[in-house]
Amino acid sequence: MRSDQRYSIFTLIGGAVRAHRNWKPAWRNPQPKKQYDVVIVGGGGHGLATAYYLAKNHGIHNVAVVERNWIGGGNSGRNTAVVRSNYLRDISIQFFDKSLQLYEGLSRELNYNIMLSQRSEVDVLLTTVSMRNMRRRALNMNRLGIEFQMLTPDQVRQRIPILAPMENCRLPILGGSVQERAGIARHDAIVWGYARGADSYGVDIIQNAEVTAIRRGEDGAVTAIETSRGRIKTNKLAIATGNENAAVASLVDLRLPLRCYNLQAFVSEPIKPVLDVVVNCPDLGVYLSHSDKGELVIGGATDAQQISFRKGGKFPMLEDTVSGLLELFPSFRRLKLMRQWGGALEFAQDGSPIVSATEVKGFYVSAGWWGGFKAIPAGGMTFAHLIARDEPHPLAAGYGMERFSTLNYLLEGGTTVPTD
Amino acid sequence: MLLIHCPWCGLRAETEFRCAGPVKPPRSEFIDKSDEAWLEYLYQADNRRGILEEYWCHEKGCGEWFKLRRDTATHEIMDGDTDS
Repeated sequence: MRSDQRYSIFTLIGGAVRAHRNWKPAWRNPQPKKQYDVVIVGGGGHGLATAYYLAKNHGIHNVAVVERNWIGGGNSGRNTAVVRSNYLRDISIQFFDKSLQLYEGLSRELNYNIMLSQRSEVDVLLTTVSMRNMRRRALNMNRLGIEFQMLTPDQVRQRIPILAPMENCRLPILGGSVQERAGIARHDAIVWGYARGADSYGVDIIQNAEVTAIRRGEDGAVTAIETSRGRIKTNKLAIATGNENAAVASLVDLRLPLRCYNLQAFVSEPIKPVLDVVVNCPDLGVYLSHSDKGELVIGGATDAQQISFRKGGKFPMLEDTVSGLLELFPSFRRLKLMRQWGGALEFAQDGSPIVSATEVKGFYVSAGWWGGFKAIPAGGMTFAHLIARDEPHPLAAGYGMERFSTLNYLLEGGTTVPTD
Repeated sequence: MLLIHCPWCGLRAETEFRCAGPVKPPRSEFIDKSDEAWLEYLYQADNRRGILEEYWCHEKGCGEWFKLRRDTATHEIMDGDTDS
Protein backbone atom coordinates (compact mmCIF):
# COMPACT_ATOMS: atom_id res chain seq x y z
CA MET A 1 0.00 0.00 0.00
CA ARG A 2 1.11 3.55 -0.51
CA SER A 3 0.86 5.84 2.46
CA ASP A 4 2.66 9.07 3.14
CA GLN A 5 3.40 7.72 6.59
CA ARG A 6 4.23 4.04 6.84
CA TYR A 7 4.47 2.80 10.40
CA SER A 8 7.61 0.98 11.45
CA ILE A 9 10.00 0.69 14.36
CA PHE A 10 11.93 3.64 12.89
CA THR A 11 8.92 5.97 12.66
CA LEU A 12 8.08 4.95 16.21
CA ILE A 13 11.57 5.83 17.47
CA GLY A 14 11.46 9.01 15.40
CA GLY A 15 8.15 9.88 16.98
CA ALA A 16 9.52 9.28 20.46
CA VAL A 17 12.47 11.55 19.76
CA ARG A 18 10.16 14.31 18.51
CA ALA A 19 7.77 13.92 21.48
CA HIS A 20 5.20 12.34 19.14
CA ARG A 21 4.44 15.62 17.41
CA ASN A 22 5.20 14.15 13.97
CA TRP A 23 2.09 11.97 13.56
CA LYS A 24 -0.38 12.97 10.89
CA PRO A 25 -4.05 11.93 10.83
CA ALA A 26 -4.31 8.39 9.46
CA TRP A 27 -6.97 9.41 6.93
CA ARG A 28 -8.18 12.66 5.41
CA ASN A 29 -11.48 14.31 6.22
CA PRO A 30 -12.44 15.52 2.73
CA GLN A 31 -15.39 17.47 1.42
CA PRO A 32 -17.59 15.23 -0.71
CA LYS A 33 -16.99 15.50 -4.44
CA LYS A 34 -19.89 15.96 -6.87
CA GLN A 35 -19.56 12.50 -8.37
CA TYR A 36 -18.06 9.10 -7.57
CA ASP A 37 -17.83 5.81 -9.47
CA VAL A 38 -19.03 3.95 -6.37
CA VAL A 39 -20.62 5.26 -3.18
CA ILE A 40 -20.68 2.94 -0.18
CA VAL A 41 -23.14 3.80 2.57
CA GLY A 42 -21.95 2.68 5.98
CA GLY A 43 -18.49 3.32 7.41
CA GLY A 44 -18.16 0.20 9.50
CA GLY A 45 -15.74 -2.65 8.94
CA HIS A 46 -17.62 -4.04 5.94
CA GLY A 47 -18.07 -0.67 4.18
CA LEU A 48 -14.45 0.35 4.63
CA ALA A 49 -13.09 -3.08 3.68
CA THR A 50 -15.24 -2.97 0.54
CA ALA A 51 -13.79 0.42 -0.39
CA TYR A 52 -10.27 -0.84 0.28
CA TYR A 53 -10.66 -3.94 -1.93
CA LEU A 54 -12.41 -1.93 -4.67
CA ALA A 55 -9.31 0.23 -4.90
CA LYS A 56 -6.72 -2.48 -4.32
CA ASN A 57 -8.13 -5.44 -6.28
CA HIS A 58 -10.19 -3.68 -8.95
CA GLY A 59 -8.43 -0.35 -9.47
CA ILE A 60 -11.56 1.69 -8.71
CA HIS A 61 -10.21 4.65 -6.74
CA ASN A 62 -12.99 7.21 -7.20
CA VAL A 63 -14.97 5.84 -4.26
CA ALA A 64 -16.70 7.47 -1.30
CA VAL A 65 -17.68 5.88 2.00
CA VAL A 66 -20.58 7.82 3.48
CA GLU A 67 -21.13 7.40 7.21
CA ARG A 68 -23.95 8.91 9.26
CA ASN A 69 -21.96 9.16 12.50
CA TRP A 70 -18.27 8.34 12.84
CA ILE A 71 -16.54 5.33 11.32
CA GLY A 72 -16.58 2.18 13.42
CA GLY A 73 -19.19 3.65 15.77
CA GLY A 74 -21.89 1.07 15.06
CA ASN A 75 -21.71 -2.68 15.40
CA SER A 76 -18.01 -2.67 14.43
CA GLY A 77 -17.45 -1.12 17.84
CA ARG A 78 -19.98 -3.23 19.72
CA ASN A 79 -18.91 -6.80 19.01
CA THR A 80 -16.85 -9.19 21.12
CA ALA A 81 -14.00 -9.37 18.57
CA VAL A 82 -13.96 -13.16 18.12
CA VAL A 83 -12.70 -14.55 14.80
CA ARG A 84 -13.25 -18.19 13.80
CA SER A 85 -14.50 -20.25 10.86
CA ASN A 86 -16.26 -23.25 12.42
CA TYR A 87 -19.47 -22.98 10.45
CA LEU A 88 -21.99 -25.55 9.29
CA ARG A 89 -22.32 -25.33 5.50
CA ASP A 90 -19.59 -25.77 2.92
CA ILE A 91 -20.07 -22.28 1.52
CA SER A 92 -19.96 -20.67 4.99
CA ILE A 93 -16.93 -22.69 6.08
CA GLN A 94 -14.98 -21.70 2.97
CA PHE A 95 -16.12 -18.09 3.11
CA PHE A 96 -15.33 -17.59 6.79
CA ASP A 97 -12.05 -19.47 6.53
CA LYS A 98 -10.99 -17.16 3.71
CA SER A 99 -11.85 -14.32 6.05
CA LEU A 100 -9.70 -15.83 8.78
CA GLN A 101 -6.83 -16.29 6.31
CA LEU A 102 -7.11 -12.63 5.31
CA TYR A 103 -7.10 -11.64 9.00
CA GLU A 104 -3.90 -13.64 9.42
CA GLY A 105 -2.12 -11.44 6.90
CA LEU A 106 -3.93 -8.20 7.59
CA SER A 107 -1.52 -6.45 9.99
CA ARG A 108 1.25 -6.75 7.40
CA GLU A 109 -0.97 -5.90 4.46
CA LEU A 110 -2.46 -2.78 6.05
CA ASN A 111 0.76 -1.81 7.88
CA TYR A 112 -1.50 -1.50 10.90
CA ASN A 113 -1.41 -3.76 13.95
CA ILE A 114 -4.81 -5.42 14.25
CA MET A 115 -3.60 -7.27 17.36
CA LEU A 116 -4.77 -10.64 16.08
CA SER A 117 -4.33 -13.21 18.84
CA GLN A 118 -4.97 -16.74 17.57
CA ARG A 119 -5.38 -18.20 21.01
CA SER A 120 -7.87 -20.86 19.82
CA GLU A 121 -11.53 -21.22 20.68
CA VAL A 122 -12.60 -24.13 22.85
CA ASP A 123 -16.24 -25.16 22.88
CA VAL A 124 -17.26 -26.80 26.14
CA LEU A 125 -20.01 -29.26 25.34
CA LEU A 126 -22.49 -30.50 27.93
CA THR A 127 -25.18 -32.24 25.88
CA THR A 128 -25.27 -34.82 23.11
CA VAL A 129 -27.07 -32.27 20.92
CA SER A 130 -24.14 -29.91 20.87
CA MET A 131 -21.66 -32.79 20.67
CA ARG A 132 -23.41 -33.94 17.51
CA ASN A 133 -23.57 -30.40 16.13
CA MET A 134 -19.86 -29.76 16.66
CA ARG A 135 -18.87 -33.20 15.39
CA ARG A 136 -20.82 -32.48 12.23
CA ARG A 137 -18.95 -29.20 11.85
CA ALA A 138 -15.63 -30.95 12.45
CA LEU A 139 -16.33 -33.63 9.81
CA ASN A 140 -17.46 -31.04 7.28
CA MET A 141 -14.48 -28.80 7.92
CA ASN A 142 -11.93 -31.60 7.86
CA ARG A 143 -13.38 -32.78 4.56
CA LEU A 144 -12.61 -29.30 3.19
CA GLY A 145 -9.12 -29.45 4.67
CA ILE A 146 -9.77 -26.95 7.47
CA GLU A 147 -8.60 -27.70 10.97
CA PHE A 148 -11.25 -28.23 13.67
CA GLN A 149 -11.16 -31.11 16.11
CA MET A 150 -13.07 -32.74 18.92
CA LEU A 151 -11.64 -32.93 22.43
CA THR A 152 -12.13 -35.38 25.27
CA PRO A 153 -13.32 -34.01 28.63
CA ASP A 154 -9.76 -34.32 29.97
CA GLN A 155 -8.35 -32.35 27.05
CA VAL A 156 -10.98 -29.64 27.67
CA ARG A 157 -9.90 -29.40 31.31
CA GLN A 158 -6.26 -29.31 30.30
CA ARG A 159 -6.91 -26.29 28.12
CA ILE A 160 -9.22 -24.57 30.63
CA PRO A 161 -7.96 -25.51 34.11
CA ILE A 162 -10.25 -23.02 35.84
CA LEU A 163 -13.42 -24.89 34.80
CA ALA A 164 -15.70 -26.05 37.61
CA PRO A 165 -14.72 -29.36 39.23
CA MET A 166 -16.69 -32.30 37.87
CA GLU A 167 -18.67 -33.02 41.02
CA ASN A 168 -20.18 -29.54 41.06
CA CYS A 169 -21.55 -29.67 37.54
CA ARG A 170 -25.27 -29.82 36.89
CA LEU A 171 -24.43 -31.14 33.45
CA PRO A 172 -21.13 -33.03 33.18
CA ILE A 173 -18.72 -32.07 30.42
CA LEU A 174 -19.16 -34.62 27.62
CA GLY A 175 -16.39 -33.27 25.47
CA GLY A 176 -15.32 -30.27 23.50
CA SER A 177 -14.10 -28.97 20.22
CA VAL A 178 -11.34 -26.59 19.30
CA GLN A 179 -10.27 -24.45 16.39
CA GLU A 180 -6.64 -23.61 16.97
CA ARG A 181 -6.59 -20.71 14.51
CA ALA A 182 -9.57 -18.95 16.08
CA GLY A 183 -9.01 -16.07 18.42
CA ILE A 184 -9.65 -12.39 18.89
CA ALA A 185 -8.55 -9.22 17.13
CA ARG A 186 -8.74 -5.54 18.01
CA HIS A 187 -12.03 -4.39 16.50
CA ASP A 188 -11.23 -0.67 16.23
CA ALA A 189 -7.91 -1.43 14.58
CA ILE A 190 -9.67 -3.35 11.80
CA VAL A 191 -11.87 -0.33 11.06
CA TRP A 192 -9.03 2.17 11.32
CA GLY A 193 -6.60 0.00 9.36
CA TYR A 194 -9.04 -0.42 6.46
CA ALA A 195 -9.93 3.29 6.61
CA ARG A 196 -6.26 4.24 6.42
CA GLY A 197 -5.64 1.73 3.64
CA ALA A 198 -8.64 2.87 1.59
CA ASP A 199 -7.74 6.53 2.14
CA SER A 200 -4.21 5.95 0.89
CA TYR A 201 -5.70 4.74 -2.41
CA GLY A 202 -7.70 7.96 -2.69
CA VAL A 203 -11.03 6.78 -1.25
CA ASP A 204 -12.95 9.65 0.39
CA ILE A 205 -14.30 8.84 3.86
CA ILE A 206 -17.17 11.22 4.51
CA GLN A 207 -18.38 11.17 8.09
CA ASN A 208 -21.45 12.88 9.60
CA ALA A 209 -23.31 12.52 6.32
CA GLU A 210 -26.70 10.88 6.62
CA VAL A 211 -28.38 9.56 3.49
CA THR A 212 -31.85 11.12 3.24
CA ALA A 213 -32.93 10.12 -0.26
CA ILE A 214 -31.81 8.07 -3.25
CA ARG A 215 -32.43 9.53 -6.74
CA ARG A 216 -33.21 7.22 -9.64
CA GLY A 217 -33.32 7.73 -13.40
CA GLU A 218 -36.22 6.94 -15.70
CA ASP A 219 -35.09 3.32 -16.05
CA GLY A 220 -35.08 3.00 -12.27
CA ALA A 221 -31.31 2.90 -11.98
CA VAL A 222 -29.59 4.75 -9.16
CA THR A 223 -28.26 8.17 -10.22
CA ALA A 224 -27.49 10.06 -7.01
CA ILE A 225 -27.97 10.21 -3.27
CA GLU A 226 -29.02 13.14 -1.12
CA THR A 227 -27.06 13.44 2.11
CA SER A 228 -26.95 15.93 4.93
CA ARG A 229 -23.71 17.13 3.29
CA GLY A 230 -25.20 17.59 -0.16
CA ARG A 231 -26.01 15.63 -3.29
CA ILE A 232 -23.54 13.02 -4.52
CA LYS A 233 -23.90 11.55 -8.00
CA THR A 234 -23.12 7.90 -8.58
CA ASN A 235 -24.30 5.00 -10.71
CA LYS A 236 -23.27 2.36 -8.20
CA LEU A 237 -24.59 2.56 -4.68
CA ALA A 238 -23.60 -0.13 -2.20
CA ILE A 239 -25.07 -0.37 1.28
CA ALA A 240 -23.39 -1.99 4.26
CA THR A 241 -25.18 -0.19 7.04
CA GLY A 242 -25.75 -2.99 9.54
CA ASN A 243 -29.01 -2.46 11.40
CA GLU A 244 -30.08 0.29 8.99
CA ASN A 245 -30.03 -1.84 5.82
CA ALA A 246 -33.80 -2.31 5.77
CA ALA A 247 -34.36 1.41 6.34
CA VAL A 248 -31.90 2.48 3.61
CA ALA A 249 -33.28 -0.09 1.16
CA SER A 250 -36.77 1.25 1.77
CA LEU A 251 -35.59 4.49 0.14
CA VAL A 252 -35.66 2.60 -3.18
CA ASP A 253 -38.85 0.73 -2.19
CA LEU A 254 -36.93 -2.49 -1.70
CA ARG A 255 -37.88 -4.82 1.13
CA LEU A 256 -35.11 -7.00 2.49
CA PRO A 257 -35.90 -10.28 4.27
CA LEU A 258 -34.14 -9.20 7.46
CA ARG A 259 -34.88 -9.08 11.16
CA CYS A 260 -32.88 -7.39 13.91
CA TYR A 261 -32.55 -9.02 17.32
CA ASN A 262 -30.85 -7.90 20.50
CA LEU A 263 -27.53 -9.31 21.69
CA GLN A 264 -25.65 -8.12 24.71
CA ALA A 265 -22.17 -8.34 26.14
CA PHE A 266 -20.44 -7.46 29.40
CA VAL A 267 -16.98 -6.66 30.63
CA SER A 268 -15.73 -7.59 34.08
CA GLU A 269 -13.23 -5.76 36.23
CA PRO A 270 -9.60 -6.48 35.24
CA ILE A 271 -8.10 -9.59 36.81
CA LYS A 272 -4.88 -11.58 36.56
CA PRO A 273 -4.63 -13.97 33.59
CA VAL A 274 -6.94 -16.97 34.04
CA LEU A 275 -7.98 -17.90 30.51
CA ASP A 276 -5.71 -18.14 27.48
CA VAL A 277 -8.36 -19.37 25.05
CA VAL A 278 -11.75 -18.16 23.90
CA VAL A 279 -14.33 -20.29 25.72
CA ASN A 280 -17.74 -20.97 24.23
CA CYS A 281 -20.48 -23.02 25.84
CA PRO A 282 -23.46 -23.51 23.54
CA ASP A 283 -25.44 -25.37 26.19
CA LEU A 284 -25.31 -22.58 28.74
CA GLY A 285 -25.50 -19.77 26.17
CA VAL A 286 -22.32 -17.99 27.15
CA TYR A 287 -18.91 -17.28 25.65
CA LEU A 288 -15.96 -15.33 26.97
CA SER A 289 -12.37 -14.34 26.45
CA HIS A 290 -9.77 -12.60 28.56
CA SER A 291 -8.83 -9.28 26.99
CA ASP A 292 -5.32 -7.85 26.91
CA LYS A 293 -6.44 -5.29 29.50
CA GLY A 294 -7.32 -8.08 31.90
CA GLU A 295 -11.06 -7.77 31.63
CA LEU A 296 -13.22 -10.78 30.87
CA VAL A 297 -15.32 -10.05 27.80
CA ILE A 298 -18.54 -12.04 28.16
CA GLY A 299 -21.25 -12.52 25.58
CA GLY A 300 -24.62 -14.17 25.86
CA ALA A 301 -27.13 -15.70 23.51
CA THR A 302 -29.23 -13.75 21.05
CA ASP A 303 -32.68 -12.72 22.18
CA ALA A 304 -34.11 -14.11 18.96
CA GLN A 305 -37.76 -13.53 19.69
CA GLN A 306 -38.46 -9.86 19.40
CA ILE A 307 -37.44 -7.40 16.73
CA SER A 308 -35.22 -4.93 18.53
CA PHE A 309 -33.01 -2.00 17.67
CA ARG A 310 -32.18 -1.11 21.24
CA LYS A 311 -28.51 -0.45 22.00
CA GLY A 312 -28.86 -1.80 25.49
CA GLY A 313 -29.48 -5.15 27.12
CA LYS A 314 -32.23 -6.84 29.02
CA PHE A 315 -32.10 -8.11 32.57
CA PRO A 316 -33.48 -11.63 31.91
CA MET A 317 -30.70 -12.26 29.38
CA LEU A 318 -28.11 -10.82 31.75
CA GLU A 319 -29.32 -13.20 34.43
CA ASP A 320 -29.28 -16.20 32.06
CA THR A 321 -25.77 -15.39 30.83
CA VAL A 322 -24.33 -14.81 34.28
CA SER A 323 -25.88 -17.98 35.71
CA GLY A 324 -24.41 -19.95 32.79
CA LEU A 325 -21.04 -18.33 33.36
CA LEU A 326 -21.05 -19.23 37.05
CA GLU A 327 -22.05 -22.80 36.33
CA LEU A 328 -18.86 -23.20 34.26
CA PHE A 329 -16.67 -20.98 36.43
CA PRO A 330 -17.92 -20.85 40.04
CA SER A 331 -14.72 -19.00 40.98
CA PHE A 332 -15.99 -15.93 39.09
CA ARG A 333 -18.89 -15.46 41.49
CA ARG A 334 -17.44 -12.42 43.21
CA LEU A 335 -16.32 -10.79 40.00
CA LYS A 336 -17.87 -7.39 39.32
CA LEU A 337 -19.21 -6.46 35.92
CA MET A 338 -17.98 -3.02 34.96
CA ARG A 339 -19.77 -2.35 31.70
CA GLN A 340 -22.62 -3.82 29.77
CA TRP A 341 -23.83 -2.98 26.30
CA GLY A 342 -26.13 -4.34 23.65
CA GLY A 343 -26.78 -4.02 19.99
CA ALA A 344 -28.89 -5.38 17.21
CA LEU A 345 -27.89 -8.39 15.14
CA GLU A 346 -29.31 -8.48 11.66
CA PHE A 347 -30.50 -11.88 10.43
CA ALA A 348 -31.69 -13.00 7.04
CA GLN A 349 -34.36 -15.65 7.11
CA ASP A 350 -31.92 -18.56 6.72
CA GLY A 351 -29.15 -17.19 8.94
CA SER A 352 -26.69 -16.66 6.08
CA PRO A 353 -25.57 -13.23 4.89
CA ILE A 354 -26.76 -11.43 1.78
CA VAL A 355 -24.09 -10.15 -0.63
CA SER A 356 -26.18 -9.33 -3.62
CA ALA A 357 -27.19 -7.10 -6.48
CA THR A 358 -30.87 -6.18 -6.43
CA GLU A 359 -33.73 -5.59 -8.82
CA VAL A 360 -32.84 -1.88 -8.62
CA LYS A 361 -30.04 -1.29 -11.11
CA GLY A 362 -26.88 -0.01 -9.47
CA PHE A 363 -28.03 -0.85 -5.93
CA TYR A 364 -26.01 -3.48 -4.05
CA VAL A 365 -26.61 -4.90 -0.60
CA SER A 366 -24.32 -6.47 1.99
CA ALA A 367 -26.54 -7.44 4.89
CA GLY A 368 -27.51 -10.06 7.45
CA TRP A 369 -24.06 -10.06 9.04
CA TRP A 370 -24.94 -11.23 12.51
CA GLY A 371 -21.53 -12.20 13.78
CA GLY A 372 -20.16 -10.09 10.97
CA PHE A 373 -16.95 -8.97 12.62
CA LYS A 374 -15.15 -12.18 11.67
CA ALA A 375 -16.46 -11.78 8.12
CA ILE A 376 -15.13 -8.27 7.49
CA PRO A 377 -12.16 -9.11 5.19
CA ALA A 378 -13.96 -11.70 3.06
CA GLY A 379 -17.20 -9.70 3.15
CA GLY A 380 -15.40 -6.62 1.85
CA MET A 381 -13.45 -8.60 -0.73
CA THR A 382 -16.48 -10.39 -2.19
CA PHE A 383 -18.73 -7.31 -2.06
CA ALA A 384 -16.08 -5.28 -3.90
CA HIS A 385 -15.88 -8.03 -6.55
CA LEU A 386 -19.65 -7.93 -7.01
CA ILE A 387 -19.76 -4.14 -7.32
CA ALA A 388 -16.80 -3.90 -9.67
CA ARG A 389 -17.65 -6.76 -12.03
CA ASP A 390 -21.41 -7.11 -11.61
CA GLU A 391 -21.00 -10.80 -10.96
CA PRO A 392 -20.70 -12.52 -7.59
CA HIS A 393 -17.34 -13.64 -6.24
CA PRO A 394 -17.14 -17.47 -6.35
CA LEU A 395 -16.87 -17.59 -2.54
CA ALA A 396 -20.10 -15.64 -2.09
CA ALA A 397 -22.00 -16.95 -5.09
CA GLY A 398 -24.60 -18.55 -2.84
CA TYR A 399 -25.25 -15.36 -0.90
CA GLY A 400 -27.41 -13.72 -3.58
CA MET A 401 -30.89 -12.57 -2.71
CA GLU A 402 -32.45 -14.78 -5.41
CA ARG A 403 -32.04 -17.73 -3.06
CA PHE A 404 -35.19 -16.64 -1.26
CA SER A 405 -37.34 -16.95 -4.35
CA THR A 406 -35.69 -20.15 -5.62
CA LEU A 407 -35.83 -21.59 -2.09
CA ASN A 408 -32.10 -22.34 -2.10
CA TYR A 409 -31.67 -21.59 1.57
CA LEU A 410 -28.31 -21.77 3.29
CA LEU A 411 -29.49 -22.62 6.76
CA GLU A 412 -26.75 -21.58 9.14
CA GLY A 413 -26.63 -21.63 12.90
CA GLY A 414 -24.69 -19.91 15.62
CA THR A 415 -22.37 -21.68 18.02
CA THR A 416 -23.58 -20.03 21.20
CA VAL A 417 -26.99 -21.64 20.92
CA PRO A 418 -27.12 -25.13 19.42
CA THR A 419 -29.12 -25.32 16.22
CA ASP A 420 -29.73 -28.65 14.67
CA MET B 1 -37.26 -6.83 33.86
CA LEU B 2 -40.15 -5.78 31.71
CA LEU B 3 -43.60 -6.22 33.08
CA ILE B 4 -46.19 -7.17 30.51
CA HIS B 5 -49.89 -6.77 31.01
CA CYS B 6 -51.56 -10.06 30.13
CA PRO B 7 -55.22 -9.31 29.46
CA TRP B 8 -56.22 -12.29 31.63
CA CYS B 9 -53.56 -12.46 34.35
CA GLY B 10 -52.56 -8.84 34.78
CA LEU B 11 -48.98 -7.61 35.11
CA ARG B 12 -46.49 -10.46 34.86
CA ALA B 13 -42.73 -10.83 34.24
CA GLU B 14 -41.52 -10.77 30.65
CA THR B 15 -39.89 -14.18 31.01
CA GLU B 16 -43.34 -15.81 31.17
CA PHE B 17 -44.15 -14.62 27.67
CA ARG B 18 -43.18 -15.51 24.17
CA CYS B 19 -43.15 -13.07 21.30
CA ALA B 20 -44.29 -14.41 17.94
CA GLY B 21 -43.40 -11.42 15.84
CA PRO B 22 -45.24 -8.59 14.17
CA VAL B 23 -48.90 -8.95 13.30
CA LYS B 24 -49.49 -9.85 9.64
CA PRO B 25 -52.69 -10.13 7.65
CA PRO B 26 -54.08 -13.70 7.77
CA ARG B 27 -52.32 -16.34 5.69
CA SER B 28 -55.38 -16.82 3.50
CA GLU B 29 -54.72 -13.38 2.03
CA PHE B 30 -51.39 -14.58 0.63
CA ILE B 31 -51.55 -18.27 -0.06
CA ASP B 32 -53.65 -18.44 -3.20
CA LYS B 33 -52.50 -15.27 -4.91
CA SER B 34 -49.05 -15.68 -6.40
CA ASP B 35 -45.63 -17.04 -5.60
CA GLU B 36 -44.44 -13.51 -4.86
CA ALA B 37 -47.24 -12.94 -2.35
CA TRP B 38 -46.45 -16.23 -0.65
CA LEU B 39 -42.74 -15.41 -0.44
CA GLU B 40 -43.68 -12.05 0.99
CA TYR B 41 -45.70 -13.82 3.68
CA LEU B 42 -42.82 -16.17 4.45
CA TYR B 43 -39.94 -13.72 4.61
CA GLN B 44 -40.99 -10.17 5.17
CA ALA B 45 -41.37 -8.83 8.65
CA ASP B 46 -41.89 -5.27 9.70
CA ASN B 47 -38.23 -4.84 10.65
CA ARG B 48 -38.04 -1.23 11.74
CA ARG B 49 -37.49 1.18 14.59
CA GLY B 50 -40.66 2.35 16.24
CA ILE B 51 -43.90 0.95 17.51
CA LEU B 52 -44.86 -2.49 16.18
CA GLU B 53 -48.01 -4.44 16.85
CA GLU B 54 -47.02 -7.98 17.80
CA TYR B 55 -48.49 -11.33 18.75
CA TRP B 56 -47.53 -12.48 22.22
CA CYS B 57 -48.38 -15.60 24.13
CA HIS B 58 -48.48 -15.92 27.91
CA GLU B 59 -46.69 -19.22 27.45
CA LYS B 60 -45.77 -19.96 31.07
CA GLY B 61 -49.04 -18.58 32.42
CA CYS B 62 -52.56 -18.84 31.10
CA GLY B 63 -51.37 -19.78 27.60
CA GLU B 64 -53.55 -17.24 25.87
CA TRP B 65 -52.55 -15.25 22.80
CA PHE B 66 -52.98 -11.52 22.54
CA LYS B 67 -51.65 -8.52 20.65
CA LEU B 68 -49.64 -5.70 22.12
CA ARG B 69 -47.77 -2.71 20.83
CA ARG B 70 -44.06 -2.38 21.60
CA ASP B 71 -41.40 0.15 20.70
CA THR B 72 -38.48 -1.70 19.08
CA ALA B 73 -36.03 1.10 19.87
CA THR B 74 -36.76 1.33 23.61
CA HIS B 75 -38.62 -1.96 24.36
CA GLU B 76 -41.37 0.15 25.94
CA ILE B 77 -44.68 -1.70 25.94
CA MET B 78 -47.97 0.03 25.27
CA ASP B 79 -51.31 -1.40 26.37
CA GLY B 80 -52.21 -4.83 25.07
CA ASP B 81 -55.49 -5.62 23.42
CA THR B 82 -57.51 -8.81 23.55
CA ASP B 83 -59.40 -9.20 20.29
CA SER B 84 -57.29 -11.82 18.59
